[in-house]
Formats: sequence, structure tokens, C-alpha cells
Amino acid sequence: MKIKKKHINVLAVLIYFVFILGSFAIGFKPGKQIGHNFMSFSLEMLKLLPCAFILIGLFEVWVKKESVEKHLGKNSGVKGYIWIILLAGTTVGGLYVAFPVAYSLFKKGAKLSVVFTYIGASAICRIPMTIFESSFMGVKFSLIRLIVSIPLVILSSIWLANYLENRNYKIMAGN
Amino acid sequence: MNYLYITTGLALLISVIADRNKTLTAIKISCKKLVKILPAFLTMLILVSIVLFLIPDKVISNYLGNNNKFTGIILASLFGSVTLMPGFIAFPLCGILLKKGVGYMVLSAFTTTLMMVGILSYPIEKKYFGIKVTIIRNLISFFIALIVALSIGLFYGELL
Repeated sequence: MKIKKKHINVLAVLIYFVFILGSFAIGFKPGKQIGHNFMSFSLEMLKLLPCAFILIGLFEVWVKKESVEKHLGKNSGVKGYIWIILLAGTTVGGLYVAFPVAYSLFKKGAKLSVVFTYIGASAICRIPMTIFESSFMGVKFSLIRLIVSIPLVILSSIWLANYLENRNYKIMAGN
Repeated sequence: MNYLYITTGLALLISVIADRNKTLTAIKISCKKLVKILPAFLTMLILVSIVLFLIPDKVISNYLGNNNKFTGIILASLFGSVTLMPGFIAFPLCGILLKKGVGYMVLSAFTTTLMMVGILSYPIEKKYFGIKVTIIRNLISFFIALIVALSIGLFYGELL
């Protein structure tokens, strides 16, 4: 069953690439456009992902479980949320970088509500992005957005964590 | 982007000086984790390339510009949810739309869902956190984005 699903996925990916290559060969415009989209986004990711995963690797090796537990774990209180939002502010990329980082944080003993806050906060308050945003939309715009969204992210993360813990949620093992 | 390279480089350097073996283990962990998640990234990239073809910037600006504000918010948040684009494309686009007369409220619905709701990154999120959490988190994020948009509308006097 599992192998079958895998085969279908591989087949779909193959069809996609044959379609893109074919489009370039015969000059089919929509296919070429999709191919260009794919290339430009892949390059974007290639610039980010190796660094992001090296940092994750270093984090896993060097940061002690006890210190993550102490600052971001069950008894971390308000400080845990402040730390994690500051950490989220320095995250690069988008959600797709935040997920593996969040997963590592969880494995090291960060509590679920802090992990979800990290995901939300790294979506909305990355510092370089916010500065860029305010240069186009104005500082007032960015400030209102942050002031409204951060508390909502924290509250909804606490709610989601409680909800899941009451149902014995198990995070994916080793992704 | 550069500060990522500088941080990574410095972190690696310090790590190597402190303990070579540990650094090697770290690199091995990095590679293993990256390789494991790459198929999900490939799926996401394929989806992104197709969706951005179906919904290019032009379509987004046409729809956001030519509607009343409430249809505008709904459309903007749907576009923001189903697309994925880096900030250096999204914010200049919003800057242009702003000059064209699209309201702050509609644009904030677009940028906030763009940042928080990831339908295209679903394959990756699912791998780490499971289907259920992925769906709930994205739904919550969608509503947070709507609240943000309404607040922006309130502060900019666009709501009433």
C-alpha cells in the first residue's frame, strides 16, 4: 500500500518534469512559464535551506535539552513566549523554514504552545521582512499588524496546545 | 539574506574550533534532515510553480483593485492563502496596488494570509506536525489574518 503511493508520487513528479522539458522543446508557453516559476523558486530555496539546516544541526548538537526545557519548556511561563518571539524575529525565509526549526525545538523539550507561537511569530514578525514591509506600507501599518497579530498568535497557540494535549497528541516521529 | 550566511559561517567556525567531531555530527544531522524533507519541498515547489502560473501577479492586482472592500478582503485572503511568494515580491506589489488606490485593509488581508496561511507548504507542515494540526493551524491563521485586516481597516478609517 505504502509503496504504491510512493510510486504514484514519483510518477507524478516524472510527468511534471517531462511536461516542462517537453514544453521547452516545442516552445509551449504555459509549460515554459511553469518551468521558470519552478526554477526561480528552487533557487530561492537553495539559497536558504542549506544554511537553515546547518544551523538546525548545530542547534541539535550544541544546545542542551535541559536549557531548552528550562527556557521554553513546561515551566517557562511568560518568558518562554518572549524568548521564542525574539528567536522568531531572526528567522529567515518563510513558514517552510520555520517548520523544521519548530520541530527541533519541540524535540529538545520546548512546550507545544511555545512551538506553535514560534511558527506563527516567524510568519509575521521576522525583522528584516517587517522593515521591508514598512518601507512600502508605512510604519503604522506594520505596527498595527504586529500589535494585533502577536497576542492572537500566542493565545491561539496556547489553546491549540491545550486542545492537543487533552487528546494525547503525538508529534510526527522523525518526520 | 547575507546575515544568514554570516551567522551560519560564524556558527560553523566557532563550532569547529570548539569541537571538530561534534561539528561533523551536526553536519551529518543537517544533511540527513534536509534529505528527508526534500521530497516534500519538491512537491511544494511543483505546486507553487503551477499555482503562480494560474494566478499571476496581474490577476491578483486586477481582482484586488476592482471590487468593493468586503469582496476585496475575501478575495485578498484567498489569494494570500493559496499563493506563496517571498516578501521582496509581495511588498513591492502591494506598494504599487496602494498607489493604484487599493485600501490598506484589503492589502493587509493579502499580506497576512500570505505570511501565515500556507496551503502550498501543506506537504512540508504535514510531514512535521501531521494533517490535523496543519489544518487547524492554517484555519486559525486565516481568521487571525481577517481580524488583522479589520483592525487595519478600523485604524485607517476604511472600515466604516
